Amino acid sequence: MTKELNPDVRAYVEVLLNNDVVKAISMMQADIDRGITAQEVVSKGLISAITVIGEKFQNSEIYVPEMMIAARAMSKTLAHFKEKLVGEGEAKTLGKVVIGTVQGDLHDIGKNLVTMILRGQGFEVEDLGVSVGTAKFVQAVKEKQPDILAMSALLTTTMIEMKNTIDTLKAEGLRNRVKVIVGGAPVTPAFAEQIGADGNAYDAPGAAKLCKKLLP
Amino acid sequence: MLIIAERINASRKTIAQAIAAGDRAFIQAEAKAQAEAGAHYIDVNAGTFVGEEAEKLRWIVEAVQEVTELPLSIDSPDPAVIRAVMPLAKKAPMINSITLERSRIEGILPLVLEYKSRIIALCQAEHEMAETAEAKVALAGQLVEKLTSAGVPLGDIHIDPLVYPLSTNPKSAQATLEAIGGIMRRFPGVHTVCGLTNVSYGLPARKLINRAFLAAAIAQGLDSAIIDPTDRQLYAMMKAVTMVVGKDDYCMDYICAFREGRVE
Repeated sequence: MTKELNPDVRAYVEVLLNNDVVKAISMMQADIDRGITAQEVVSKGLISAITVIGEKFQNSEIYVPEMMIAARAMSKTLAHFKEKLVGEGEAKTLGKVVIGTVQGDLHDIGKNLVTMILRGQGFEVEDLGVSVGTAKFVQAVKEKQPDILAMSALLTTTMIEMKNTIDTLKAEGLRNRVKVIVGGAPVTPAFAEQIGADGNAYDAPGAAKLCKKLLP
Repeated sequence: MLIIAERINASRKTIAQAIAAGDRAFIQAEAKAQAEAGAHYIDVNAGTFVGEEAEKLRWIVEAVQEVTELPLSIDSPDPAVIRAVMPLAKKAPMINSITLERSRIEGILPLVLEYKSRIIALCQAEHEMAETAEAKVALAGQLVEKLTSAGVPLGDIHIDPLVYPLSTNPKSAQATLEAIGGIMRRFPGVHTVCGLTNVSYGLPARKLINRAFLAAAIAQGLDSAIIDPTDRQLYAMMKAVTMVVGKDDYCMDYICAFREGRVE
Protein backbone atom coordinates (compact mmCIF):
# COMPACT_ATOMS: atom_id res chain seq x y z
CA MET A 1 0.00 0.00 0.00
CA THR A 2 1.59 3.23 -1.07
CA LYS A 3 -1.20 5.64 -0.21
CA GLU A 4 -0.88 6.92 3.36
CA LEU A 5 -3.94 6.41 5.50
CA ASN A 6 -5.15 9.53 7.20
CA PRO A 7 -8.05 10.36 9.44
CA ASP A 8 -10.66 12.59 7.83
CA VAL A 9 -10.26 15.84 9.75
CA ARG A 10 -13.42 17.43 8.35
CA ALA A 11 -15.48 14.44 9.44
CA TYR A 12 -14.02 14.69 12.96
CA VAL A 13 -14.81 18.41 13.07
CA GLU A 14 -18.42 17.64 12.25
CA VAL A 15 -18.93 14.87 14.81
CA LEU A 16 -17.29 16.89 17.56
CA LEU A 17 -19.43 19.96 16.86
CA ASN A 18 -22.50 17.69 16.79
CA ASN A 19 -21.49 16.21 20.15
CA ASP A 20 -21.82 12.80 18.49
CA VAL A 21 -19.49 10.91 20.80
CA VAL A 22 -20.84 7.53 19.64
CA LYS A 23 -19.96 8.35 16.05
CA ALA A 24 -16.58 9.81 17.00
CA ILE A 25 -15.70 6.59 18.82
CA SER A 26 -16.77 4.41 15.89
CA MET A 27 -14.85 6.62 13.42
CA MET A 28 -11.75 6.38 15.59
CA GLN A 29 -12.16 2.61 15.87
CA ALA A 30 -12.57 2.35 12.10
CA ASP A 31 -9.35 4.32 11.59
CA ILE A 32 -7.55 2.07 14.06
CA ASP A 33 -8.88 -1.00 12.25
CA ARG A 34 -7.54 0.35 8.98
CA GLY A 35 -4.06 0.33 10.49
CA ILE A 36 -3.54 3.83 11.89
CA THR A 37 -2.23 3.91 15.46
CA ALA A 38 -4.52 5.36 18.11
CA GLN A 39 -1.92 8.07 18.86
CA GLU A 40 -1.94 9.12 15.23
CA VAL A 41 -5.73 9.21 15.02
CA VAL A 42 -5.70 11.41 18.10
CA SER A 43 -3.08 13.78 16.78
CA LYS A 44 -4.02 13.85 13.07
CA GLY A 45 -7.74 13.44 13.59
CA LEU A 46 -9.04 14.77 16.88
CA ILE A 47 -6.39 17.36 17.70
CA SER A 48 -6.38 18.67 14.15
CA ALA A 49 -10.16 18.89 14.35
CA ILE A 50 -10.01 20.89 17.60
CA THR A 51 -7.46 23.22 16.01
CA VAL A 52 -9.80 23.80 13.05
CA ILE A 53 -12.64 24.42 15.50
CA GLY A 54 -10.49 26.94 17.36
CA GLU A 55 -9.91 28.79 14.10
CA LYS A 56 -13.64 28.79 13.33
CA PHE A 57 -14.19 30.36 16.75
CA GLN A 58 -11.61 33.03 16.10
CA ASN A 59 -13.36 33.77 12.78
CA SER A 60 -16.70 34.03 14.59
CA GLU A 61 -18.11 31.11 12.62
CA ILE A 62 -18.88 29.26 15.80
CA TYR A 63 -19.47 30.46 19.35
CA VAL A 64 -18.26 29.70 22.86
CA PRO A 65 -20.88 27.06 23.67
CA GLU A 66 -20.05 25.16 20.47
CA MET A 67 -16.36 25.20 21.27
CA MET A 68 -17.13 23.83 24.72
CA ILE A 69 -19.34 21.09 23.27
CA ALA A 70 -16.59 20.02 20.89
CA ALA A 71 -13.91 20.01 23.58
CA ARG A 72 -16.09 17.90 25.88
CA ALA A 73 -16.99 15.49 23.07
CA MET A 74 -13.30 15.05 22.35
CA SER A 75 -12.45 14.40 25.95
CA LYS A 76 -15.18 11.73 26.17
CA THR A 77 -13.90 10.12 22.99
CA LEU A 78 -10.35 10.08 24.34
CA ALA A 79 -11.53 8.57 27.62
CA HIS A 80 -12.96 5.62 25.67
CA PHE A 81 -9.57 4.86 24.15
CA LYS A 82 -7.52 5.62 27.27
CA GLU A 83 -6.21 2.08 27.77
CA LYS A 84 -5.33 1.65 24.12
CA LEU A 85 -3.44 4.95 24.11
CA VAL A 86 -1.58 4.13 27.28
CA GLY A 87 -0.86 0.62 25.94
CA GLU A 88 0.72 2.04 22.79
CA GLY A 89 3.41 3.61 24.82
CA GLU A 90 3.95 6.72 26.82
CA ALA A 91 1.03 8.96 26.06
CA LYS A 92 2.66 11.75 24.16
CA THR A 93 1.79 15.12 25.49
CA LEU A 94 2.84 18.22 23.67
CA GLY A 95 3.95 19.80 26.91
CA LYS A 96 2.97 20.57 30.46
CA VAL A 97 1.12 23.72 31.41
CA VAL A 98 0.24 25.06 34.85
CA ILE A 99 -2.62 27.54 34.75
CA GLY A 100 -4.54 29.66 37.24
CA THR A 101 -6.41 32.91 37.84
CA VAL A 102 -4.39 35.36 39.92
CA GLN A 103 -4.79 36.25 43.58
CA GLY A 104 -7.94 38.13 44.45
CA ASP A 105 -9.61 37.28 41.14
CA LEU A 106 -12.40 34.72 40.95
CA HIS A 107 -13.06 34.81 37.21
CA ASP A 108 -12.49 31.48 35.55
CA ILE A 109 -14.45 31.17 32.33
CA GLY A 110 -11.53 32.21 30.12
CA LYS A 111 -9.09 30.08 32.07
CA ASN A 112 -11.40 27.08 31.79
CA LEU A 113 -11.74 27.53 28.03
CA VAL A 114 -7.96 27.74 27.68
CA THR A 115 -7.56 24.59 29.79
CA MET A 116 -10.11 22.74 27.68
CA ILE A 117 -8.59 23.75 24.37
CA LEU A 118 -5.03 23.02 25.54
CA ARG A 119 -6.00 19.55 26.75
CA GLY A 120 -7.90 19.03 23.50
CA GLN A 121 -4.73 19.87 21.63
CA GLY A 122 -2.62 17.40 23.56
CA PHE A 123 -1.18 19.43 26.43
CA GLU A 124 -1.11 18.17 29.97
CA VAL A 125 -2.71 20.92 32.03
CA GLU A 126 -2.67 21.38 35.79
CA ASP A 127 -5.40 23.88 36.71
CA LEU A 128 -4.71 25.55 40.06
CA GLY A 129 -8.11 27.25 40.10
CA VAL A 130 -8.90 30.83 41.02
CA SER A 131 -7.40 33.42 43.37
CA VAL A 132 -4.04 31.68 43.18
CA GLY A 133 -1.34 33.51 45.14
CA THR A 134 2.21 34.07 43.91
CA ALA A 135 3.57 31.53 46.39
CA LYS A 136 1.28 28.83 45.01
CA PHE A 137 2.25 29.58 41.38
CA VAL A 138 5.95 29.50 42.26
CA GLN A 139 5.55 26.27 44.22
CA ALA A 140 3.81 24.69 41.25
CA VAL A 141 6.66 25.73 38.94
CA LYS A 142 9.15 24.12 41.34
CA GLU A 143 7.22 20.90 41.89
CA LYS A 144 5.52 20.21 38.57
CA GLN A 145 8.27 21.65 36.35
CA PRO A 146 5.89 22.73 33.62
CA ASP A 147 6.98 24.03 30.24
CA ILE A 148 4.55 26.91 30.52
CA LEU A 149 2.99 28.91 33.35
CA ALA A 150 -0.25 30.57 32.27
CA MET A 151 -1.91 33.28 34.34
CA SER A 152 -5.33 34.80 33.85
CA ALA A 153 -6.88 37.98 35.26
CA LEU A 154 -10.10 39.77 34.50
CA LEU A 155 -9.67 42.79 36.74
CA THR A 156 -7.27 45.67 36.23
CA THR A 157 -6.74 45.65 39.99
CA THR A 158 -5.55 42.04 40.06
CA MET A 159 -3.45 41.87 36.90
CA ILE A 160 -0.59 43.42 38.84
CA GLU A 161 -0.25 40.06 40.60
CA MET A 162 1.14 38.69 37.35
CA LYS A 163 4.14 40.99 37.74
CA ASN A 164 4.60 39.85 41.34
CA THR A 165 4.71 36.23 40.26
CA ILE A 166 7.21 36.87 37.48
CA ASP A 167 9.40 38.92 39.82
CA THR A 168 9.30 36.15 42.43
CA LEU A 169 10.30 33.55 39.83
CA LYS A 170 13.28 35.75 38.94
CA ALA A 171 14.23 36.26 42.58
CA GLU A 172 14.22 32.50 43.17
CA GLY A 173 16.24 31.77 40.06
CA LEU A 174 13.34 29.97 38.40
CA ARG A 175 12.48 32.41 35.63
CA ASN A 176 14.51 30.63 32.96
CA ARG A 177 12.96 27.25 33.72
CA VAL A 178 9.52 28.14 32.43
CA LYS A 179 7.77 30.21 29.78
CA VAL A 180 5.20 32.57 31.26
CA ILE A 181 2.09 33.61 29.34
CA VAL A 182 -0.65 35.94 30.48
CA GLY A 183 -4.20 36.62 29.38
CA GLY A 184 -7.60 37.99 30.26
CA ALA A 185 -9.69 40.94 29.13
CA PRO A 186 -7.56 43.82 30.55
CA VAL A 187 -4.22 42.15 29.69
CA THR A 188 -2.64 43.71 26.62
CA PRO A 189 0.50 42.72 24.68
CA ALA A 190 2.05 45.94 26.00
CA PHE A 191 1.34 44.95 29.60
CA ALA A 192 2.69 41.46 28.98
CA GLU A 193 5.91 42.91 27.64
CA GLN A 194 6.13 45.45 30.46
CA ILE A 195 6.02 42.78 33.13
CA GLY A 196 8.44 40.46 31.37
CA ALA A 197 6.05 37.74 30.23
CA ASP A 198 6.91 35.56 27.23
CA GLY A 199 3.62 36.15 25.53
CA ASN A 200 -0.03 37.09 25.64
CA ALA A 201 -3.05 35.75 23.78
CA TYR A 202 -6.47 37.21 23.22
CA ASP A 203 -8.54 34.03 23.41
CA ALA A 204 -8.33 30.29 24.09
CA PRO A 205 -7.36 29.18 20.56
CA GLY A 206 -4.78 31.99 20.55
CA ALA A 207 -3.38 30.67 23.81
CA ALA A 208 -3.04 27.21 22.31
CA LYS A 209 -1.17 28.58 19.28
CA LEU A 210 1.09 30.57 21.60
CA CYS A 211 1.86 27.52 23.73
CA LYS A 212 2.84 25.49 20.67
CA LYS A 213 5.04 28.34 19.49
CA LEU A 214 6.81 28.58 22.85
CA LEU A 215 7.64 24.91 23.18
CA PRO A 216 11.31 24.02 22.75
CA MET B 1 -36.51 53.13 35.89
CA LEU B 2 -33.25 54.74 36.93
CA ILE B 3 -30.83 54.88 34.03
CA ILE B 4 -27.10 54.86 34.69
CA ALA B 5 -25.42 55.63 31.38
CA GLU B 6 -22.49 53.33 30.74
CA ARG B 7 -20.61 54.59 27.71
CA ILE B 8 -17.81 56.59 29.34
CA ASN B 9 -15.80 53.52 30.28
CA ALA B 10 -12.11 53.12 29.48
CA SER B 11 -12.63 49.51 28.50
CA ARG B 12 -14.31 50.86 25.33
CA LYS B 13 -11.67 51.38 22.69
CA THR B 14 -12.81 54.82 21.47
CA ILE B 15 -13.12 56.10 25.03
CA ALA B 16 -9.65 54.80 25.96
CA GLN B 17 -8.21 56.53 22.92
CA ALA B 18 -9.97 59.79 23.80
CA ILE B 19 -8.71 59.65 27.38
CA ALA B 20 -5.15 58.89 26.29
CA ALA B 21 -5.23 61.74 23.76
CA GLY B 22 -6.80 64.18 26.21
CA ASP B 23 -9.71 64.59 23.78
CA ARG B 24 -12.08 66.53 26.00
CA ALA B 25 -14.55 67.21 23.21
CA PHE B 26 -15.05 63.51 22.52
CA ILE B 27 -15.82 62.68 26.15
CA GLN B 28 -18.12 65.70 26.42
CA ALA B 29 -20.00 64.64 23.29
CA GLU B 30 -20.56 61.21 24.83
CA ALA B 31 -21.81 62.78 28.06
CA LYS B 32 -24.21 65.09 26.23
CA ALA B 33 -25.55 62.34 23.98
CA GLN B 34 -26.29 60.12 26.97
CA ALA B 35 -27.89 62.99 28.90
CA GLU B 36 -30.10 63.82 25.95
CA ALA B 37 -31.04 60.17 25.58
CA GLY B 38 -32.55 60.16 29.05
CA ALA B 39 -29.78 59.17 31.46
CA HIS B 40 -30.19 59.90 35.17
CA TYR B 41 -26.57 59.26 36.16
CA ILE B 42 -23.45 59.31 33.99
CA ASP B 43 -21.09 56.47 34.88
CA VAL B 44 -17.39 57.26 34.53
CA ASN B 45 -14.60 54.69 34.55
CA ALA B 46 -10.87 54.89 33.84
CA GLY B 47 -10.03 51.42 35.12
CA THR B 48 -7.73 50.31 32.33
CA PHE B 49 -5.28 53.16 33.00
CA VAL B 50 -3.35 51.23 35.61
CA GLY B 51 -1.24 53.56 37.75
CA GLU B 52 -2.95 56.67 36.38
CA GLU B 53 -6.56 55.85 37.15
CA ALA B 54 -7.21 58.65 39.65
CA GLU B 55 -5.65 61.28 37.42
CA LYS B 56 -7.58 60.16 34.35
CA LEU B 57 -10.83 59.85 36.24
CA ARG B 58 -10.44 63.36 37.63
CA TRP B 59 -9.96 64.65 34.10
CA ILE B 60 -13.10 62.83 32.93
CA VAL B 61 -15.18 64.13 35.84
CA GLU B 62 -14.13 67.72 35.13
CA ALA B 63 -14.85 67.38 31.43
CA VAL B 64 -18.25 65.79 31.92
CA GLN B 65 -19.41 68.27 34.53
CA GLU B 66 -18.68 71.13 32.14
CA VAL B 67 -21.44 69.96 29.82
CA THR B 68 -24.09 68.34 31.99
CA GLU B 69 -25.77 68.89 35.34
CA LEU B 70 -26.50 65.20 35.78
CA PRO B 71 -24.96 63.47 38.80
CA LEU B 72 -22.16 60.98 38.18
CA SER B 73 -21.64 57.35 39.01
CA ILE B 74 -18.01 56.93 40.10
CA ASP B 75 -16.96 53.55 38.75
CA SER B 76 -13.83 52.00 40.25
CA PRO B 77 -12.97 49.04 42.49
CA ASP B 78 -10.17 51.07 44.10
CA PRO B 79 -11.18 53.04 47.21
CA ALA B 80 -8.18 55.37 46.79
CA VAL B 81 -9.34 56.36 43.33
CA ILE B 82 -12.90 56.97 44.49
CA ARG B 83 -11.65 59.05 47.41
CA ALA B 84 -9.51 61.14 45.06
CA VAL B 85 -12.45 61.94 42.79
CA MET B 86 -15.43 62.34 45.15
CA PRO B 87 -14.66 65.93 46.23
CA LEU B 88 -14.86 67.05 42.60
CA ALA B 89 -18.41 65.86 42.10
CA LYS B 90 -20.80 68.83 41.98
CA LYS B 91 -23.90 66.77 42.73
CA ALA B 92 -24.00 63.82 45.15
CA PRO B 93 -22.56 60.98 43.07
CA MET B 94 -23.35 57.31 43.11
CA ILE B 95 -20.50 54.98 43.99
CA ASN B 96 -20.07 51.97 41.72
CA SER B 97 -19.42 49.69 43.58
CA ILE B 98 -18.98 47.86 46.87
CA THR B 99 -18.92 44.13 47.64
CA LEU B 100 -18.72 42.07 50.81
CA GLU B 101 -14.95 41.75 50.38
CA ARG B 102 -13.26 43.16 53.46
CA SER B 103 -10.97 45.57 51.60
CA ARG B 104 -13.92 47.04 49.69
CA ILE B 105 -16.08 47.42 52.83
CA GLU B 106 -13.24 49.04 54.76
CA GLY B 107 -12.29 51.32 51.90
CA ILE B 108 -15.63 52.31 50.45
CA LEU B 109 -18.25 52.21 53.21
CA PRO B 110 -16.72 55.26 54.94
CA LEU B 111 -16.99 57.20 51.65
CA VAL B 112 -20.65 56.23 51.24
CA LEU B 113 -21.41 57.53 54.71
CA GLU B 114 -19.28 60.65 54.38
CA TYR B 115 -20.77 61.74 51.07
CA LYS B 116 -24.25 60.27 51.70
CA SER B 117 -24.06 58.79 48.23
CA ARG B 118 -26.09 56.08 46.61
CA ILE B 119 -24.20 52.83 46.42
CA ILE B 120 -24.22 49.96 43.96
CA ALA B 121 -23.62 46.80 45.98
CA LEU B 122 -22.49 43.65 44.16
CA CYS B 123 -23.50 40.18 45.31
CA GLN B 124 -19.95 39.01 45.69
CA ALA B 125 -18.10 37.86 48.80
CA GLU B 126 -14.46 37.17 49.60
CA HIS B 127 -14.08 33.85 47.82
CA GLU B 128 -17.47 33.41 46.33
CA MET B 129 -19.08 34.21 43.06
CA ALA B 130 -22.72 33.42 43.75
CA GLU B 131 -24.17 31.40 40.87
CA THR B 132 -27.57 30.36 42.16
CA ALA B 133 -30.53 32.62 42.97
CA GLU B 134 -30.44 31.48 46.60
CA ALA B 135 -26.77 32.35 46.96
CA LYS B 136 -27.30 35.78 45.38
CA VAL B 137 -30.26 36.60 47.63
CA ALA B 138 -28.27 35.48 50.69
CA LEU B 139 -25.41 37.80 49.76
CA ALA B 140 -27.92 40.61 49.12
CA GLY B 141 -29.21 40.08 52.65
CA GLN B 142 -25.70 40.38 54.04
CA LEU B 143 -25.08 43.54 52.04
CA VAL B 144 -28.33 45.13 53.23
CA GLU B 145 -27.51 44.22 56.84
CA LYS B 146 -23.93 45.49 56.63
CA LEU B 147 -24.81 48.77 54.94
CA THR B 148 -27.99 49.68 56.82
CA SER B 149 -26.53 48.83 60.22
CA ALA B 150 -23.69 51.23 59.40
CA GLY B 151 -26.25 53.96 58.68
CA VAL B 152 -26.82 53.80 54.91
CA PRO B 153 -30.51 54.38 54.09
CA LEU B 154 -32.12 51.35 52.42
CA GLY B 155 -33.32 53.55 49.56
CA ASP B 156 -29.73 54.51 48.72
CA ILE B 157 -28.76 50.90 48.08
CA HIS B 158 -28.82 49.39 44.59
CA ILE B 159 -28.13 45.67 44.77
CA ASP B 160 -26.53 44.11 41.70
CA PRO B 161 -27.02 40.33 41.76
CA LEU B 162 -24.51 40.00 38.87
CA VAL B 163 -25.16 38.01 35.73
CA TYR B 164 -22.73 35.58 34.11
CA PRO B 165 -22.50 34.65 30.44
CA LEU B 166 -25.17 32.37 29.05
CA SER B 167 -22.58 30.91 26.72
CA THR B 168 -20.84 29.09 29.53
CA ASN B 169 -23.91 28.45 31.68
CA PRO B 170 -27.33 28.62 30.00
CA LYS B 171 -29.00 28.83 33.42
CA SER B 172 -27.03 31.84 34.59
CA ALA B 173 -29.50 34.54 33.56
CA GLN B 174 -32.41 32.70 35.15
CA ALA B 175 -30.53 32.64 38.47
CA THR B 176 -30.09 36.41 38.29
CA LEU B 177 -33.71 37.00 37.29
CA GLU B 178 -35.00 34.93 40.21
CA ALA B 179 -32.61 36.75 42.52
CA ILE B 180 -33.96 40.14 41.40
CA GLY B 181 -37.48 39.03 42.21
CA GLY B 182 -36.40 37.55 45.53
CA ILE B 183 -34.48 40.65 46.57
CA MET B 184 -37.29 43.07 45.69
CA ARG B 185 -39.78 40.97 47.67
CA ARG B 186 -37.60 40.38 50.68
CA PHE B 187 -36.23 43.90 51.16
CA PRO B 188 -39.00 46.33 50.21
CA GLY B 189 -37.51 49.76 49.62
CA VAL B 190 -34.16 48.53 48.30
CA HIS B 191 -33.27 48.95 44.65
CA THR B 192 -31.86 46.43 42.22
CA VAL B 193 -29.54 47.21 39.34
CA CYS B 194 -27.84 45.27 36.62
CA GLY B 195 -25.38 45.70 33.79
CA LEU B 196 -26.33 43.94 30.60
CA THR B 197 -23.24 43.09 28.61
CA ASN B 198 -21.98 40.01 30.49
CA VAL B 199 -25.06 37.97 29.75
CA SER B 200 -24.47 37.86 26.00
CA TYR B 201 -20.70 37.33 26.01
CA GLY B 202 -19.66 34.66 23.51
CA LEU B 203 -22.95 34.58 21.59
CA PRO B 204 -24.05 36.22 18.35
CA ALA B 205 -26.50 39.13 18.05
CA ARG B 206 -25.56 40.37 21.53
CA LYS B 207 -27.83 43.42 21.53
CA LEU B 208 -30.87 41.25 21.05
CA ILE B 209 -29.89 39.05 23.99
CA ASN B 210 -29.22 42.10 26.17
CA ARG B 211 -32.67 43.50 25.31
CA ALA B 212 -34.34 40.19 26.14
CA PHE B 213 -32.52 40.06 29.45
CA LEU B 214 -33.46 43.62 30.35
CA ALA B 215 -37.11 42.95 29.57
CA ALA B 216 -37.12 39.81 31.72
CA ALA B 217 -35.34 41.64 34.53
CA ILE B 218 -37.82 44.53 34.51
CA ALA B 219 -40.61 41.98 34.70
CA GLN B 220 -38.96 40.66 37.88
CA GLY B 221 -38.90 44.15 39.37
CA LEU B 222 -35.49 45.55 38.34
CA ASP B 223 -35.71 49.29 38.90
CA SER B 224 -32.32 50.59 37.76
CA ALA B 225 -29.97 49.60 34.97
CA ILE B 226 -26.49 50.33 33.71
CA ILE B 227 -27.09 50.69 30.00
CA ASP B 228 -26.33 52.67 26.88
CA PRO B 229 -29.36 54.97 26.69
CA THR B 230 -28.36 55.99 23.16
CA ASP B 231 -29.16 52.45 22.05
CA ARG B 232 -32.60 53.30 20.70
CA GLN B 233 -33.93 49.77 20.51
CA LEU B 234 -32.87 49.07 24.07
CA TYR B 235 -34.40 52.29 25.35
CA ALA B 236 -37.64 51.61 23.50
CA MET B 237 -37.81 48.07 24.88
CA MET B 238 -37.28 49.43 28.39
CA LYS B 239 -40.19 51.87 28.01
CA ALA B 240 -42.47 49.25 26.52
CA VAL B 241 -41.73 46.58 29.13
CA THR B 242 -42.11 49.04 32.02
CA MET B 243 -45.58 49.79 30.71
CA VAL B 244 -46.39 46.15 30.02
CA VAL B 245 -45.66 45.18 33.63
CA GLY B 246 -48.00 47.86 34.88
CA LYS B 247 -45.51 50.46 36.09
CA ASP B 248 -46.56 53.29 33.77
CA ASP B 249 -49.61 55.23 34.94
CA TYR B 250 -51.99 55.88 32.05
CA CYS B 251 -49.18 54.62 29.82
CA MET B 252 -48.11 58.27 29.78
CA ASP B 253 -44.39 57.68 29.99
CA TYR B 254 -44.58 55.45 26.94
CA ILE B 255 -46.81 57.87 25.06
CA CYS B 256 -44.45 60.77 25.84
CA ALA B 257 -41.46 58.73 24.77
CA PHE B 258 -43.24 57.94 21.53
CA ARG B 259 -43.99 61.60 20.87
CA GLU B 260 -40.31 62.40 21.56
CA GLY B 261 -39.41 59.93 18.87
CA ARG B 262 -37.72 57.59 21.33
CA VAL B 263 -39.94 54.61 20.64
CA GLU B 264 -40.11 52.77 17.36
